[in-house]
Amino acid sequence: MMESVISLKNLKKSFDNREILKGIDLEIKKNEVVSVIGSSGSGKSTMLRCINLLEDVTSGDICFYGKSVTGGDIDINDYRSKIVMVFQQFNLFNNMTVLDNCVRPQTVVLKRSKEEAKANALKYLKKVGMAEYINARPAQLSGGMKQRVAIARALSMNPEVILFDEPTSALDPEMVGEVLDVMRSLAGEGLTMIVVTHEMAFARDVSDRVIFIDEGVICEEGNPKEFFASPKTERAKAFLSRFLQ
Amino acid sequence: MEFFQNVLDILTKYYPYLLEGLGYTMLIALTGTILGLLIGLITGIVKTVPLSKRGGVRFLQKLINFIISCYVEIFRGTPMMVQSMVIFWGYAFMNGGETLPLIPAGIFIVSINTGAYMTEIVRGGIISVDKGQFEGAYSVGMTHTQAMTNVIIPQVMRNILPSVSNEFVINIKDTSVLNVIGVMELYFMANKIQMMTWNIFETYLIICVIYFIMTFSVTRILRVVEKKLAGSDSYTICGSQSDPDAEIHVKKEEKVFG
Ligand SMILES: Nc1ncnc2c1ncn2[C@@H]1O[C@H](COP(=O)(O)OP(=O)(O)O)[C@@H](O)[C@H]1O
Ligand SMILES: [Mg+2]
Repeated sequence: MMESVISLKNLKKSFDNREILKGIDLEIKKNEVVSVIGSSGSGKSTMLRCINLLEDVTSGDICFYGKSVTGGDIDINDYRSKIVMVFQQFNLFNNMTVLDNCVRPQTVVLKRSKEEAKANALKYLKKVGMAEYINARPAQLSGGMKQRVAIARALSMNPEVILFDEPTSALDPEMVGEVLDVMRSLAGEGLTMIVVTHEMAFARDVSDRVIFIDEGVICEEGNPKEFFASPKTERAKAFLSRFLQ
Repeated sequence: MEFFQNVLDILTKYYPYLLEGLGYTMLIALTGTILGLLIGLITGIVKTVPLSKRGGVRFLQKLINFIISCYVEIFRGTPMMVQSMVIFWGYAFMNGGETLPLIPAGIFIVSINTGAYMTEIVRGGIISVDKGQFEGAYSVGMTHTQAMTNVIIPQVMRNILPSVSNEFVINIKDTSVLNVIGVMELYFMANKIQMMTWNIFETYLIICVIYFIMTFSVTRILRVVEKKLAGSDSYTICGSQSDPDAEIHVKKEEKVFG
């Protein structure tokens, strides 16, 4: 059996004594594209933020190639640079140009030389179709453009995994396509991705596996074609019928 | 007319005093503001470091934050004129009557007083930066220090510039209180001139006008600087689909595309 890149073991997370994640077990294999779906408030973002260590876990464990990352005996920043995150609100650095957004994390975190970082950044900016805008600032770009730059920034780190938290939810409808196209091509190239999304077509057609989270537990998971054609649990059925009508 | 004659006399006979006073006022106000900003940056940044999970470090952080809060409250809650006397004569008291040199003493007092205000300005500036900016930095593996120096502080500096300018203007006016310890700033000089000429009204009216010209022009100049630092509102698109060497210049901040 292939080794898991990320594994969640009975992961629990509470905010102010309110349990949000109630014991999540999940294995992510290399080159796998996993879509995470579920109603708003079910804990999807919290799970991703726990994986990126933006939130402390309450109990359970998160392992990266079998090694626990919650115990404090790993370099958190080194780990984060390998499992970077793409946010719903983009979170581009407002004080930097498009190019600097992609170069600075490489020079600062990975200690790459300026030239190497720039070449790498340009490669990925070209890939997402933003190479023409390297001198622009985030405030000057549309949402779809910002999200593509954010993806280029993530790719520039040459990470093992990219975590996407509803990358198209803050976009105007006409810009959703351009971002999904980029993500689709990344999936085709074998990047390991965990994608929280409300784009059911993307989840069904692009991902290798779909996870349905409800009230802080994985309610159902499986092959996307099968899941969407014939969900097994009542809750998944109810969720899908609300979405696909 | 006697009034105009008196004003003219003061200006022609005593202009070296006025110039010297003006020079010291500006020197103390400017260096005091810059050093105050440095103090405020250090204390404001320290105050916003996330509390450590380790008990010992956490306790130390809380202690330091408490000390900073005391400093801020005390210096914001007492008049600078009184602070001047306490610091200047306090030093003399503890050093067998030996006093501090006046100009450095003045700069020290203004700096430490401004630092208290700057602490809150910087802290507010850091807190008001969108949380997403921190998370964007953390999520690619930056440490808190790296996030601060690369992402947060540059944005804070831009955001707090109007408040810093404001502190500078306040300091130009408030250095006048340093006359109580004998610092030869503009007000002190006016006091001297007034005792020699007995034209009290004319003398203070003159420095009143000088203070106003200083604060007014400094305000205008800093406003231009603020505009400049607000970032260029144009950029160049490098290459287009049809012509790889094309350069298209785009103006205005707002969303230009899409
Ligand atoms: N920092 C926080 N403090 C308190 N409650 C939170 C925090 N973050 C998320 N929550 C709560 O956790 C629940 C799950 O949130 P989230 O993971 O964002 O859901 P989803 O992404 O699935 O919509 C929500 O009820 C939300 O209010
Ligand atoms: Mg969410």
